[in-house]
Amino acid sequence: MKDLLVRWLVVFALLVALTGTADAQLEFEITDFVGKRTPVAIVPFGFEGETPAAPFDIDDVIAADLNRSGRFRPIPETDMLQKPIASVDVDFDDWSILGVEAVVIGKITQTGANAFSVQFQAFDVFKREQLVGYRMPASRGTMRQVAHRAADMIYEKLTGIPGVFGTKVAYVSAEGSETARNFALIVSDMDGENQFTIMESTDPIMSPAWSPDSRQLAYVSFENGVSTIFVQTLRTGNRIKVSSRAGINGAPSFSPDGRKLVLTLGGVDGNLDIHILDLGTRELTRLTTNRAIDTEGTWSPDGQTIFFTSDRSGGPQVYRINVNGGSPERVTFEGSYNARPRLSPDGSKLALVTLDRGNYRVGVFDLEDQELLVLSVGQQDESPSFAPNSDSLIYATRQGRNGVLEMVSADGLVRQRLGSGRGDIREPVWSPFPRY
Amino acid sequence: MKFKHLILMGLAALILAGCGSQNIPDPDPDSDGMMVDDGSMADTDGFDDDGMGDGEFIDAEFGGDSELTMVIYFDFDQSELRAEYADLLQRHANNLANDGRAQIRLEGHADERGSREYNIGLGERRSQSVRRLLLIQGASADQISTVSFGEERPAAFGSDEEAYQLNRRVEIKYLN
Repeated sequence: MKDLLVRWLVVFALLVALTGTADAQLEFEITDFVGKRTPVAIVPFGFEGETPAAPFDIDDVIAADLNRSGRFRPIPETDMLQKPIASVDVDFDDWSILGVEAVVIGKITQTGANAFSVQFQAFDVFKREQLVGYRMPASRGTMRQVAHRAADMIYEKLTGIPGVFGTKVAYVSAEGSETARNFALIVSDMDGENQFTIMESTDPIMSPAWSPDSRQLAYVSFENGVSTIFVQTLRTGNRIKVSSRAGINGAPSFSPDGRKLVLTLGGVDGNLDIHILDLGTRELTRLTTNRAIDTEGTWSPDGQTIFFTSDRSGGPQVYRINVNGGSPERVTFEGSYNARPRLSPDGSKLALVTLDRGNYRVGVFDLEDQELLVLSVGQQDESPSFAPNSDSLIYATRQGRNGVLEMVSADGLVRQRLGSGRGDIREPVWSPFPRY
Repeated sequence: MKFKHLILMGLAALILAGCGSQNIPDPDPDSDGMMVDDGSMADTDGFDDDGMGDGEFIDAEFGGDSELTMVIYFDFDQSELRAEYADLLQRHANNLANDGRAQIRLEGHADERGSREYNIGLGERRSQSVRRLLLIQGASADQISTVSFGEERPAAFGSDEEAYQLNRRVEIKYLN
């Protein structure tokens, strides 16, 4: 048995090695913006090193990140009256004339064959003071990550909200015809770079879920014709079959401590109920017993409550139940269809799929004031997932026959579309914050 | 063997004729006589169909399981079986009851509307409707497994009712 598992893992690792290549990238496009975009200047970084040019355009990545946030508008390099590299050379009057509210300068210094030091400083033009200054070691391979980290720090100083430029998104793509389809589970940086296929199959792949440490993904695979839940470690490609019981094995979601999964089991009689699986002890606890469909369980950030979808009252609505059991309490009452809840990382809001005048749309339900805000505008929008800063969401919508991804700020003011250029993409899941 | 087979089919016919005449309206009265087809004559010889409605359930492919319809469609948001499938499902139940080694998998599907995991639930509900009827009609529990693909495996692409009604279905797969 163990031998078989090992052999299987080897085969799978090979499979991952073969398929884990960079694919066509997601492309970003800001489709909708309401409100003011703050002009900022990201001055080209200086470089001191063996080559005439810097090995990587850090400033380009920072500018692209801030632009993509929808809240900032980096001015073009050609509009800059000066391009200072050192803080002593920053002339605030020049930047005031341009109406720029913040200036970012920096430089890359080569310290070894593949070792660099990246430093940046951001200034508030009105207050004429430094907002943040930081120096980080980098290699050619980590330059992009370092740029995202700088953008995250600058964004946080400017908005008070932690940036999410260093995060990733996992999603599922499907290509091909009705009778011959290829499914892939893909992980990409939030800017569409570094796209990797984690798993491929001719059978459906569904419901990816990040572990809280971003190292693993749980997902449902229908390989061999039945549903199975796997937990796969991204770095190694190793995966563990955690649930393959008779009937439905679905909708996995990690507990905040990463030790448990909430999942849906249907059993031989097909009565879908919410269960908790301890990944260490393999102990399985059944939380619901109702004859209705109970599925799409998700953990509250404090680990005490499971929110889930149930149609015990007729149509699907969101309910909550204590992780130790008890009787579920209905959460949503407005409208005939509220499903697939996901808590915001700050615990204050539920993202869900709601039927809005005949359209399935992404909504955010405020748990405190009980208000539902519909955030998407499509007909078939689904699978909302909060950014780890709770400030925006990613979800799937339709463009013609294909699924594409959209991001929207939690206030609904900024919306962007992410096309992949290939296949039908769906079920985006935003990763937790990266560990720098 | 063949004799036993005939008797069972005859019994099925009688049972279905009873329920069929009252539940299933004849969609096409002109289809009477469809049973009288060269390939099926041997099977139907000596089979008195008087008083059995239009006899549509005995068609040219009567003897072959592989020729039985393998897909059952459902109305929007429904897992209840349409009356038109009573006779087809009885024949599948008979196949299972007659051959204890026969195994099937019921694959439930939903149209694309709404959330994916909830649609897995809707597909499973459809599979279970079929399963329950087959069990009542003589199949045994260990012959039937179910799986739901929800909206993940549409029979037809497209976001219109035409595609949706082809996608709300249960496919019956014989495993051996």
